[in-house]
Amino acid sequence: MRHSTRIAVGPVQFRIGSDWAEPIAALEHLYAGYPQDDTRPAEATVRLFAARPWRRWLRPSVHIGGDFVVPDALPLPLSMGLLAAEMGMNLQVALGWRRHMLLHASAVAQGGRALIMSGESGSGKSTLAALLGEKEGGGDWRLMGDEFTLIDPAGGDAFAFPRAVSLKNEAIAEVAARVDPSRLGPLLAATPKGDIRHLIPRADAIAAMHEPARPALLLFPRFGGEVAVEPMGEGEAFVRLTEASTNYVALGEAGFAALTRLVRETPAFTISYPDSAAGIALVEQIWAEAAK
Amino acid sequence: MSAVRSFVDLLAGRRDPAALTSRDWDGVIGVARSEAMLATLAHRIAGAALPPTVAALFADQRAAAKVAQAQALWEAEMARRALAPAGIEFVLLKGAAYAAADMSCAAGRQIGDLDILVLAPDIRRAENLLLTAGWEWVKSDPYDDAYYRQHMHELPPMIHKARDRMIDVHHTILPRTHRITPDALALVGDAVTSGAGFAVLNPADMACHCAAHMLADGDLQGGLRNLWDFHTMTRDFAAADPGYWGQLDGRAVLHGLQGAVHRAARLSRDLYGVALPSGWDRQDPSDACFRRRLFARDDWGRVTEPALEQAFYIRSHWLRMPPAMLAKHLWTKWRKR
Amino acid sequence: MADRTYRAAPADALRVEPLGELTAIFDRRSMQTHLVVSPMPEILDAMGAEACNATGLAARLAAAFDLDATEDAQPILAERLRELAAMGLVERA
Repeated sequence: MRHSTRIAVGPVQFRIGSDWAEPIAALEHLYAGYPQDDTRPAEATVRLFAARPWRRWLRPSVHIGGDFVVPDALPLPLSMGLLAAEMGMNLQVALGWRRHMLLHASAVAQGGRALIMSGESGSGKSTLAALLGEKEGGGDWRLMGDEFTLIDPAGGDAFAFPRAVSLKNEAIAEVAARVDPSRLGPLLAATPKGDIRHLIPRADAIAAMHEPARPALLLFPRFGGEVAVEPMGEGEAFVRLTEASTNYVALGEAGFAALTRLVRETPAFTISYPDSAAGIALVEQIWAEAAK
Repeated sequence: MSAVRSFVDLLAGRRDPAALTSRDWDGVIGVARSEAMLATLAHRIAGAALPPTVAALFADQRAAAKVAQAQALWEAEMARRALAPAGIEFVLLKGAAYAAADMSCAAGRQIGDLDILVLAPDIRRAENLLLTAGWEWVKSDPYDDAYYRQHMHELPPMIHKARDRMIDVHHTILPRTHRITPDALALVGDAVTSGAGFAVLNPADMACHCAAHMLADGDLQGGLRNLWDFHTMTRDFAAADPGYWGQLDGRAVLHGLQGAVHRAARLSRDLYGVALPSGWDRQDPSDACFRRRLFARDDWGRVTEPALEQAFYIRSHWLRMPPAMLAKHLWTKWRKR
Repeated sequence: MADRTYRAAPADALRVEPLGELTAIFDRRSMQTHLVVSPMPEILDAMGAEACNATGLAARLAAAFDLDATEDAQPILAERLRELAAMGLVERA
């Protein structure tokens, strides 16, 4: 393809090709601090392409392709090329990766132990993970990822997938107030997913992206309402996590064993919280009291 | 060398995997994924010296293919449980058959829908039994449904509501409107029992069906994989039975598929490098167009030559339908875009 | 409806893991996970390797759990057996 780049996030090496220069330049800015190994073959391919040659210039719209595609996915305007790239990368991992059990969950780690947060978009799992990863005077928490958490079926450890964090809507201002502006990508306004701005994870989180962490706490956050904590049984956690996994079925007995162990060994709670500050306080309180 | 040619050379054993550069692997892995053959390649060169990340990726692929194959064979078992009590027997076709018979092309092969062949007089009862056992119609529009029932060689596809897997119930192996009408009674009557206990086509019929599916029926979508199936099965059958090529010729004549079977044999010689016996080992100028279509993929896994792809799509319908009907069909399809 | 006879999956085909109120059953033949509640695991246990129908099953469960065999258990168990058959965990004998 005309333009291309290579990005390694966690265990996955991507190659991303594009008919336009802009999305590649934007990606190279966001991922400049990630380890580069150009001698390593790519496991996953993403293509950003124009459906017709003239659509490279005339009302340019970006189609998302790659090893795996969503048949009826709508193209995005070129101004949202970065979002298209992010969606393409997520898709390849969600549908193609088989080495780990993939949980659609954010995670942070402390002292080699992982806090895993699973929920629908809008639950605040990404924002909570981003804010914990940026905590003032802390440096305690390492951001492992805002979208996927990888569980090693053999050992049960959690592995990071620290792509650039996809901040949405209100979370943008909340996080922007705490970080150096050079760590933020361009504002993508009014995308199909709302306003989006990417946050480059802290350098130490990127440097530690291959370090495993032992799952110590599972949270299922819900944004809105009074502060509330509800313990979750093993059976329900199992069901929720099969729904949150994109490759559970494909892993067969290895996935079954990994998930059974995860819900047996890891305390699980649903939490509700009215705002981020309350959410962070609640998460840290449960971590102190209940994490294994 | 283009990625798709490297990929084919690796399958054929003409290229040393250790000689591939990192950029070569990018393209080979991309093409293999686009052809749904990454796990096939992972099996084919399992013992080779590979870059560590490629070796790890291939190990993942082999493990995942094993799980997927068990899931696909389970669909056959559930179909058996639905149909056997009523005395309806079926023959497994394509991927599930290759897995049930533990053939070498089954190693890592992706299996999509479950394809089964039943005798035409049994098809209504089979339909009702499957509906009772949890399969349901994939929602489609009335035109598609009527089209299937009047003209196709299978029921409209059904999907199992709990397992979310599709089944295609065939009563012959080419559409009713196709100019070639294979002998369905002979296909079922001469079927053999596989190691897993399921009926599968006999070796000659299996290769006939593979060629029919690839060349007489399909638009050469997934052509490299179908050709790999054809290549490995004819090679293994011939190794086990010196009279195999003669039997294959006889059955191809019986089913009216001699042209497709011979072309498949020549293409598998050209791509995968098998030696053909005399009577088969010919040159045909029109094969070039098929080879071009099989190799029409760039290093990013994209189909090149879209005009050629479209031509093969129309050709596949041309073969299936009389011209007036084809025009009506394409018109109905295009209006819906 | 006839009291059909079924046979349970061979024991080595299943991996049964109790998870609190639920039981997760992994079927190695289908690679599927089934989440069930009581009395499904007990039914599979009671069936063992021998084929049986709902009437026979009611008697076995009554003996195993030291209950009185009641008549109304039979249609309920017949329904559970149909559900297990739909999951593929038991098969008509």
